[in-house]
Amino acid sequence: MKIAVCVKQVPDSWAEKKMVGGVLDRESVDAVLNDLDEYAVEEALRIVEAHGGNDEGAPHSVTVISMGPERATEALRKALSMGANDAILISDSALAGSDSLATSKVLAEVIKGGGFDLVICGTESTDARMSVIPAMLSARLGWAQLTFAGKVTVDPAAATLSITRVTESGVDEITAKLPAVISVVEKINEPRYPSFKGIMAAKKKTIETRNLATVGVSAQSAWSVVEDAALRPPRAAGLKVTDEGSGGEALATFLAEKKLI
Amino acid sequence: MSNVFILADFAAGKATKTTAELATAGARIGEVTAVVLAPAGSGAVLAGELTVGPISKVLILESDDFTKHGVAAAADALANLITEKNPVALLVASNAFGKEVAGRVAVLTESGIITDAVDVSADVIATQLVFGGSTTVHSKITHGTSIITLRPNSLEADHSATTPTIESAPALVGDAAKLATTTSTQPPVKGGRPELTEADIVVSGGRGTNGDFAPVEKFADALGAAVGASRAATDAGWYPHSHQVGQTGKTVSPQLYVACGISGAIQHRAGMQTSKTIVVVNKDPEAPIFEIADFGVIGDLFTVLPAATQGVLTHKA
Repeated sequence: MKIAVCVKQVPDSWAEKKMVGGVLDRESVDAVLNDLDEYAVEEALRIVEAHGGNDEGAPHSVTVISMGPERATEALRKALSMGANDAILISDSALAGSDSLATSKVLAEVIKGGGFDLVICGTESTDARMSVIPAMLSARLGWAQLTFAGKVTVDPAAATLSITRVTESGVDEITAKLPAVISVVEKINEPRYPSFKGIMAAKKKTIETRNLATVGVSAQSAWSVVEDAALRPPRAAGLKVTDEGSGGEALATFLAEKKLI
Repeated sequence: MSNVFILADFAAGKATKTTAELATAGARIGEVTAVVLAPAGSGAVLAGELTVGPISKVLILESDDFTKHGVAAAADALANLITEKNPVALLVASNAFGKEVAGRVAVLTESGIITDAVDVSADVIATQLVFGGSTTVHSKITHGTSIITLRPNSLEADHSATTPTIESAPALVGDAAKLATTTSTQPPVKGGRPELTEADIVVSGGRGTNGDFAPVEKFADALGAAVGASRAATDAGWYPHSHQVGQTGKTVSPQLYVACGISGAIQHRAGMQTSKTIVVVNKDPEAPIFEIADFGVIGDLFTVLPAATQGVLTHKA
């Protein structure tokens, strides 16, 4: 079984972010592998490890795929050091400013040509937070969509899988035949820390870089445009009292004055 | 007049208040048609739920595929409807289901998509609060139907009574949308409290609770509030992950947000700083959360919250 994990390099979720010229300024902040994608990499590794592993000669492999600037290789390297077999980076200046539609188009094209059985994604990136790429990939590939998984079970021999979908609408059990696209929620697993051995091994693994010409798609401009972006005025700190026995009552009085109770 | 579609949002067979918010935003752009995706035989009952908000027309699409094949079936039927009727915009609730449906519809109809809008203007310009609410962005869609997901609780809904005309249309669901099958469904466990993202008041606990959420829950219940938690609290296993407020959790924008024992790292502020009023209870006077508080109490939540709970109950009596 060949598993593709789609990952994104994002600004560190603990950093302040700002816009420059209608797009996120990615240069001025530390870039990391999207937190939520680590769960996807981990889940892929657990699936192959439960069925014979992904060592050389084993029946399964995990490929990490990302679209982004050259430096996104750092994020891919992190996934490789966790234990993925190889990686593909799609990088092209014509892809700068791509929206989710353009991104899913390119990723789907790469997946289509790669002989994969299963695609695993995180539920969202911590920068754009759209949560639409897994659904878009499923629609573009014509593969089953099993998203927001809190639990995944794959039977490679029968080419089937089932998940438990966990959202605000409730808990659903969903099954399908491979090939399929899944997304996994945070806390489905505890992502492993790369071991020293893993980090050393990752240095020798291949990150194949492709551009639009080698992928075989043309650039599609974003179908939404930013008219303007402005920093919101910071909130001013209000009244602060120290509790000396009447803090709770003061809080209730504040709420009553504000007509919030 | 322009034609605008909204995807009516239901929970446990009732129209959510987000549905009225979608209609309110839609009515600024044009005449609102609420699309109801219903299991076979239950369209009329669900349509009958749409009694408030500026909805001119209800269009019922009935099929058991919606229950069996979830997001993909809903998106396929909607996309076919949009291709036929060509509305200027489709407004959908910004929850997991709504965003995924919107994403698939965007691919299928070759339309642009904007998610998590907090407002939409008459000329279909969407307002988003990005990067944890620190930046306001206005954007518009330049291709196809404008597909916009609207964050619950973001705009003042028009709740005036309505009696829309009700029509039916065929639910066209192709085979490619039937590849995944839902074998069982359990509704969310509500526990009597409002849904986190829709609640008018949210009371959240963090590291300062030391794992004891009882005072947080009691204060929340006195206020009729939803309960949230910081990532530190959910990571420690003190509260279910589904209640996490912050960058990797839920984004909330209630009338009142009460942060108890939460220091207020960027990660958390990203999920709550667009709340209208923010109240803080924290032992540490240097906690960054005080910087964005309208009212802050420096004190131990285990003494302040019970006193505040009593105060609220007295005010309400």
